[in-house]
Amino acid sequence: MEKENQNNQIHHYDESNTSVVNLTINGNLKQLKVQPWVSLLDAIRDHSNLTGTKKGCDHGQCGACTVLCDGKRILSCLSLAVMKDGSEITTIEGIATDGDLHPLQTAFIEHDAFQCGYCTPGQICSAIGMLQEGKAHTREEVKEQMSGNLCRCGANTNIIDAIMEVKEKTL
Amino acid sequence: MNNFTYKKVETINEAVQEISKNKKANFIAGGTNLIDLWKYDLAHPESLIDINSVSTMKQIKVLESGGLSLGALVTNSDTAYDAIVSTKYPLLSRAILAGASAQIRNSATNGGNLLQRTRCYYFYDKTSPCNKRNPGSGCPAKNGLNRMHAILGTSENCIAVFPSDMCIALAALDATVNVSGPNGDRKIAFTDFHRLAGNSPEKDNNLEHDEIITGLTLPNEDFSQYYSYLKLRDRNSYAFALVSVATAMRLEHNKIETIRIALGGVAHKPWRDFEAEQFLEGKEPNRKNFTEAAKMIIKTAKGYGDNDFKIELSVKAIVRNCMMALHPETQRPGAQPSL
Amino acid sequence: MKTSQEIGKPINRLEGNLKVTGAAKYAGEYNVGDLSHGYIANSTITKGKIIEIDESKAAAVPGVITIITHKNRTKLPWFDMLYADMDAPPGTPFKPLYDENILYNGQPIALVVAETFETARFAASLLAITYEEEAFETELAAHLDEARDPKKGMATAIKPLPPADKGDFEAAYKDAFARYEGEFTHGAEHHNPLELFATTTVYDGKGKLTVYDKTQGTSNCQLYIANVFGLHYNDVRVLSPFVGGGFGSGLRPQYQLFLCVMASLMLKRNVRVAMDRTQMFSFGHRPQTIQKTKFGANSEGIVTALNHTAIAETSQFEDYTEVVVNWGNMLYPAQNTSLDYKLVPLDVFTPMDMRAPGGSTGMHAIEATMDALSYELNIDPMEFRLLNYSEVDASENKPYSSKELKECYKQGAEKFGWKNRASKPRATKRGNRLVGTGMSTGIWDVIALPAKAKAKFSKDGKLKVTSAVTDIGTGTKTIMTQIAADSFAVAIDDVTFDHGDSDMPMAPIQGGSYTTGVVGSAVKAACKALQKKLFKKAKNISDSPLSGLKITDVVFKNAAIYSKEDFSKFINYKDIVVADGKNWIAASKSNIPNLLELKKYTRAAHSAAFVEVEVDEELGIVNVTRAVTAVAAGKIINPKTARSQILGGMVWGISKALREETMTDHNLGKYMNTNLGEYHIPVHADIHDLDVVFVDEKDDIINELGSKGVGEIGLASMAPAIANAIFHATGKRINKFPIHFDDLM
Repeated sequence: MEKENQNNQIHHYDESNTSVVNLTINGNLKQLKVQPWVSLLDAIRDHSNLTGTKKGCDHGQCGACTVLCDGKRILSCLSLAVMKDGSEITTIEGIATDGDLHPLQTAFIEHDAFQCGYCTPGQICSAIGMLQEGKAHTREEVKEQMSGNLCRCGANTNIIDAIMEVKEKTL
Repeated sequence: MNNFTYKKVETINEAVQEISKNKKANFIAGGTNLIDLWKYDLAHPESLIDINSVSTMKQIKVLESGGLSLGALVTNSDTAYDAIVSTKYPLLSRAILAGASAQIRNSATNGGNLLQRTRCYYFYDKTSPCNKRNPGSGCPAKNGLNRMHAILGTSENCIAVFPSDMCIALAALDATVNVSGPNGDRKIAFTDFHRLAGNSPEKDNNLEHDEIITGLTLPNEDFSQYYSYLKLRDRNSYAFALVSVATAMRLEHNKIETIRIALGGVAHKPWRDFEAEQFLEGKEPNRKNFTEAAKMIIKTAKGYGDNDFKIELSVKAIVRNCMMALHPETQRPGAQPSL
Repeated sequence: MKTSQEIGKPINRLEGNLKVTGAAKYAGEYNVGDLSHGYIANSTITKGKIIEIDESKAAAVPGVITIITHKNRTKLPWFDMLYADMDAPPGTPFKPLYDENILYNGQPIALVVAETFETARFAASLLAITYEEEAFETELAAHLDEARDPKKGMATAIKPLPPADKGDFEAAYKDAFARYEGEFTHGAEHHNPLELFATTTVYDGKGKLTVYDKTQGTSNCQLYIANVFGLHYNDVRVLSPFVGGGFGSGLRPQYQLFLCVMASLMLKRNVRVAMDRTQMFSFGHRPQTIQKTKFGANSEGIVTALNHTAIAETSQFEDYTEVVVNWGNMLYPAQNTSLDYKLVPLDVFTPMDMRAPGGSTGMHAIEATMDALSYELNIDPMEFRLLNYSEVDASENKPYSSKELKECYKQGAEKFGWKNRASKPRATKRGNRLVGTGMSTGIWDVIALPAKAKAKFSKDGKLKVTSAVTDIGTGTKTIMTQIAADSFAVAIDDVTFDHGDSDMPMAPIQGGSYTTGVVGSAVKAACKALQKKLFKKAKNISDSPLSGLKITDVVFKNAAIYSKEDFSKFINYKDIVVADGKNWIAASKSNIPNLLELKKYTRAAHSAAFVEVEVDEELGIVNVTRAVTAVAAGKIINPKTARSQILGGMVWGISKALREETMTDHNLGKYMNTNLGEYHIPVHADIHDLDVVFVDEKDDIINELGSKGVGEIGLASMAPAIANAIFHATGKRINKFPIHFDDLM
């Protein structure tokens, strides 16, 4: 990289209006200095360098940005980081424990429940949230409860197969 | 698009004080619609007042009257799955669960649900003319793409529809909206809360800028035996209603004792027709009577081209949903029609 | 160590772990140091000129670095050829920020670069632009009388124009025993991969750039950037190891790449530019097409007359074409044909290949017409297709290189339970739903192109194969690894296939279902070349057990070279590398198809889709309750990933028939539902029981692997089968897509 160019550039980064937001992401406390208009999604992807959480629409229409916030699945694109001060966030990077994949992650691989992989983190986080909610019992209910996560590759049947397998095993 | 200041408040009084300071301040709770609108450069809050810490608005409790109070900050999910709501007011649960997605329902609040804005393509495109967004600029929907648009209570200025599912059930259940403002508290009957577009389509409802919705009250009425919510849309889930119907009824000796029918996706507000409901009272709950009532409900309907189908569809949906209400166990996830 | 046959095994996707843990990095996710962020502003008018861009408010925002418009852009070449990418149709390619002219709604007109994404986005919204508007035309149906023949160009080579008329269509149609005449329409569609288009450039100094781009062709983007910005090819490296879906949208370099590179070169800094979802509707789409068919058959059920015409939209600056009308006579050998394909230029961006381009459009009209005719004749729809089955391509009088379509019909029908259906429409009910079944044929051609790969083998026994090709979710990485393992005769665990990097050997853009055959053949060729090289070196080792042998005297297996005569005489690959004294031995090889030989044959994959729908009798709501697609696509390298490709195509078929459509307001000249809330792609609740059958098919002609590719074929047959099933359920033939429930209530 050309160092001289970086040094010549005057970076007048606007630090006004920032506040410190404490987020415990995947068990690690992060103190982020962000402006109020930074979305939780951008705080995770850009400010915390956890790019596993995806931006597919930025408007709550695709589900790719799904994370678990205090145990519940939410869309991080429709939340501001400042609103979640003090919250515990689990992203896709925090789903496996000590390198062991979560059963859903394993099931997704076995069932080929993804193609391009871009909706996958959101599908998995959403499915974990759904299983914890415990409101979906039949395959039809699981499909309805997972309908906030779009998959453009058309891996739908494999995704639901993977989730049903884990759901039935954990019952 | 704009930047904004941000402040958390902890009491209703504090919230009202803060909002009174700035005509361009907004409350934020779940944020699921406001953040969407702000990112599209459609809402321009100068300051956001975060009310999520107002603990008095977070409960669901039984009132002395036997009615139920739903705090404005209770999430849509928590409301839908609440033990009392799902047993005594299952119509409300069904309608809530037909809306948005599980993730959005986990964030979105009861108060916010009432304040969501229309999904009209032209409203959502900041560079299109739109009387709701930019009064006086015109309404391209009337001669444009209007598949999703209103057929009842339309005005020359605006044919947008109010997109909520939850509110259709609340309208059917005769809920009351509890509001606090600088001059104290007031109650607004649910059917009076939202407005028709008329000459001021920019105003969706009758809430004043410096007022806050603190909660909703459901009257002590039992509609747990015969009820149904039907939502018709362009895909089986995660889409807004083209037509939706909420029906709640009680029968006595196989005659309709009380019935409420509310329509979504057809007007600028949840649509009730008291005349049609009265017509049905005392009659047998059958297709013939429901069809007659449905025809009364749509008698003033007007199509704009793409949405002409909604007139006939409304009749069919009302009849189907009223018949489904006789067998609520046939309801399927996502408020799809019974099999 | 024993090598087994890897080709044909349903192994899991090799990058699966990275995709389920969030470790897979896509173009906009390289958070490199000193990164500045660009946000694009787009035209809000459809046609005219920019009079003024008032930047004052935007420029005053703290953190804004620069605002790039046509006024202050870097010098750009005027010569069209330099903007022509590998997928450019005939015409004048669009040049972003070239001048003040507005050619379509949503055209990029400025890039705001700032220290943060949020600042750039905010400032971009403050640009005040004054336009001079001109009248525009965006409605295809209003301009059919202006339809004209497409211009010919490079693209015509793989997208042939319709063949000349045969026989006497008019007379044959008039004499036909049964006829059907239909008009078929569908709206514009946008690819909408879930990943937003994004580019991250790393400015390496002295005009060198490393570019992470969302693309279906790293070599294509490298070429484009080098040509447009006057850089040396070697100074531009384009990487795209993970691509969050393509479906054709990444076949051409998109404008965020252009803008990001320009900003990076101007600022000498690292820059990221990501589109938002609305902008995803501003650079190419499946064109609106209006088709007409007239098919006639004799009393024996033989199609004698076949007329198919299509009029499609294109832009005012490029002639995008598709193969729409050619397929019917390739499948059904009518002797009297009249086929025509024309274009109407409109004030829109140039359409672009979108999954099964042309094929899915044309098959809709052809297969719905065939279906309608079968009911006219009172012949079972599948039986009718079998009556008109042809072992040769009648449109060009050529044999097929292979064609197991009959087996597709047979095995698909059996799996689905086709024979139990009622022959009359609207005859079956289940509860309050009408039930219907329908079927359709699918066809997609096998395209042959050159590609190159490199294979190297290390002294510790690892094979590494490289190609610039991307993996857009198709399973390319996995199947190339399988191909390499078998071609080189090593265990799959010892093989790595690296890709998605323009520094690697050239590969064509990834599309058209040809990657498996094209790049797979190059991988095989490189592995074979490396084997040869190892053998040569092995012979020269002192006391070599293979000394004196010719290559025909040895076999390559289990990571070793054996004498055919005496299996005790062998030498391990590893030992050859060790003896050679280097860490690696490498070989590169291009695979150049013999087009003269290939042209003697029609080369195509085939499919048959069988669909059951339930239609709510009162409300018209349609559910595809179950479907089976049987596919003949030559050798299936990996049945698991191939099955996913077909399933994906079937979901796209459901989407095309029942869900997706970009809606244009012709008064405003713009797309209105430019978001995933109103552009409806299927949700999980829309997708029910789907199944796939792969039929055995051997093909020694098409390529080294005998593999035809499976990206498009699953879609080609699905959407018409749904329309046909809806007819069977309801008795209503709806010839427009998408079919909405209000069409049926």
